[in-house]
Amino acid sequence: MRRRQAHPARTAWLIVAGLIAAMGILAGCGGGGGSTEGGGGEELQKLGKGEGELNLISWAGYVENGSEAEAPDWVTPFEEKTGCKVNNKVGNTSDEMVQLMKTGQYDGVSASGNASARLWAAHLVAPVNTGLVPNYKTVFADLKSQPYNTFDGTPYGIPHGRGANLLMWNSDSVKPAPTSWDVMFDPKIAAKYKGKISVYDESSYIADAAMYLKYHEPDLGIESPYELNEEQFDAAVNLLKEQRANVGEYWSEAAKQIQAFSAGDVDLGTTWQYQYFTLKGEGQPVAASPASQGFLPKEGATGWSDTWMISGEAKHPNCMYMWMNWIIEPKVNAEVAEWFGEAPAQELACKETENPNFCSEYHAENPAFWKRVYYWETPLAECGNGEDDCMDYNQWVKAWTEIKG
Amino acid sequence: MTSEAVAVKRSAGRRLAGLFHGRPRLQVGSLLAAPGAWLVVLYLGSLAALLITAFWTVDPLSGEVIKGWSFENFESIINEGVYGEVIWRTVRTAVLVTLTDAVIAFPIAFYMAKVASPRAKAVLVVAVLMPLWSSYLVKALAWRTLLSEDGIINWALNPLGLHGPGYGLTAVWLVLSYLWLPYMILPIYAGLERIPDSLISASEDLGAHPLTTFRRVILPLAFPAVVAGSIFTFSLTLGDFISVRLVSNSQFVGTVIFNSIVNDLPFAAALALVPIVVMIGYLAVARKLGAFEHV
Repeated sequence: MRRRQAHPARTAWLIVAGLIAAMGILAGCGGGGGSTEGGGGEELQKLGKGEGELNLISWAGYVENGSEAEAPDWVTPFEEKTGCKVNNKVGNTSDEMVQLMKTGQYDGVSASGNASARLWAAHLVAPVNTGLVPNYKTVFADLKSQPYNTFDGTPYGIPHGRGANLLMWNSDSVKPAPTSWDVMFDPKIAAKYKGKISVYDESSYIADAAMYLKYHEPDLGIESPYELNEEQFDAAVNLLKEQRANVGEYWSEAAKQIQAFSAGDVDLGTTWQYQYFTLKGEGQPVAASPASQGFLPKEGATGWSDTWMISGEAKHPNCMYMWMNWIIEPKVNAEVAEWFGEAPAQELACKETENPNFCSEYHAENPAFWKRVYYWETPLAECGNGEDDCMDYNQWVKAWTEIKG
Repeated sequence: MTSEAVAVKRSAGRRLAGLFHGRPRLQVGSLLAAPGAWLVVLYLGSLAALLITAFWTVDPLSGEVIKGWSFENFESIINEGVYGEVIWRTVRTAVLVTLTDAVIAFPIAFYMAKVASPRAKAVLVVAVLMPLWSSYLVKALAWRTLLSEDGIINWALNPLGLHGPGYGLTAVWLVLSYLWLPYMILPIYAGLERIPDSLISASEDLGAHPLTTFRRVILPLAFPAVVAGSIFTFSLTLGDFISVRLVSNSQFVGTVIFNSIVNDLPFAAALALVPIVVMIGYLAVARKLGAFEHV
């Protein structure tokens, strides 16, 4: 029998080509864009019985059931009261949370402002009927109807708590103690710490540069560091490109930054409470700008104001509503805030804190203080002036790639 | 009754056997059905999906995929200088890591194949394989600690008045060269094993200088094995993103893909085609050089 010469490579290419053709046809049929408006699902009209289970995505420290050493427990009482068994998945970054929500397996998420608008636009979250959340009435007024939790006038979530990002430094090697972000941004001053600066590795850090420029270069006319036109945006990007020469490390995992600080690889940088408290606990010589000590760098700081949002396809909507009410119970919200180190969202929580001065230390009741804290937001092209001339999230992400080179 | 049942059963088995008898194509076909399906559906299928996704775009805000044909992703990879730089940096590092590993691996493999006693040979093979038994992540993290400011490298170099490389491209080169070294040693070792000792003896008998023997007998025969090893070191470097993130601030193709996955999957897919294209070119050259002749 005559044997034909086999061409495995050619066969493989033929198969790939065939598959592409098949998938192309499938894709063509499945085409058609969604509507441009956001939100998904209907708001709940009437609270029913709990479904027995609840799947959450949260920041580390927001959903504690006492399994961690010394951690308090506000999940077990919730489970006992409602019969909803809580399964929690910790999200490390806002990006990760958005990605997890896209799986559709979760009922709710504690979203920061740089995730909430994206979740809304991707039709992943449903409007919240605040009438079914009795504790919502006593949430601080300056946390309600904010651009990061309310879209088209409809609330899409329940405020959880807020805080400012920190400037942290090694008190042995950074002297005198900085009072301004210029140690990271002013090329002359930052050069003193060349290779020792630790920077948050996400596009939202562009807002930190914009905030610095808002203070130091008023001619640019920056109002909000998240609403930047092309000129303002380019100025911030250029500042970050200059900064790059002095950066020791970009961090995205908290553990990586903790290790870099304790090994002496970096001496100052932007951080969160979690890293600061952990390093303090290890006895490292670090100091920071906690709002709790009444200290913000003179330019202010970026920060977070987190929102519990409910998935548009939640399988346990009743349990999620019960959770959203539970987490802002005065007692529970006080526990969360003290454990995490942030200002509570619930006004009445201030009477329940273990440390009676907690709320005044964290400025929970002082709206003027929060005027200098720029909560994370998702940058949108439409930024309040009716024209679509602001740089949108995608452009921020692309620019961040460019900044890192 | 029972004997009848057995007879029925047997005949079913027989019938099946009879079906395959004298039909070699059917025999081979059914044996290969499972692995064949695996290859086509999972491997080639996902490659095809990747290729198609690369032509899609996303809604800038929601990250929702918009299906439809567009060259936007490829245009931005080509037109925006930063990606060219990242690709070039990645390929450059891959070449550097490959050359480093080849230079280090060849003497080791040669000693293992031609000099060491059978006992020493066994010990050396285990020693080369041993690092592969521990997790990749552990080794990368260990290097992060080694290279740190207070790490052991700086501690050892300090008395000499020197300072370690710290984190950066040099660190990436060091770590990846270390990680992929076994993948280079093993193919070269196998290639050298195959060279009959008699050829080397013959060359010596004919009066060739040892260097000449190496250059004109050993190297040409072992070269395909070096190329085979280089495929590993080159492709693994091209796709790495974890070590790169741990020991440097530099962006590689892998890290940019990783960062794009959440918000811009189609762009990540388009960028993922870059290493594939580079590897196809590399494999074509490797085939010309005879790397697959003895596989």
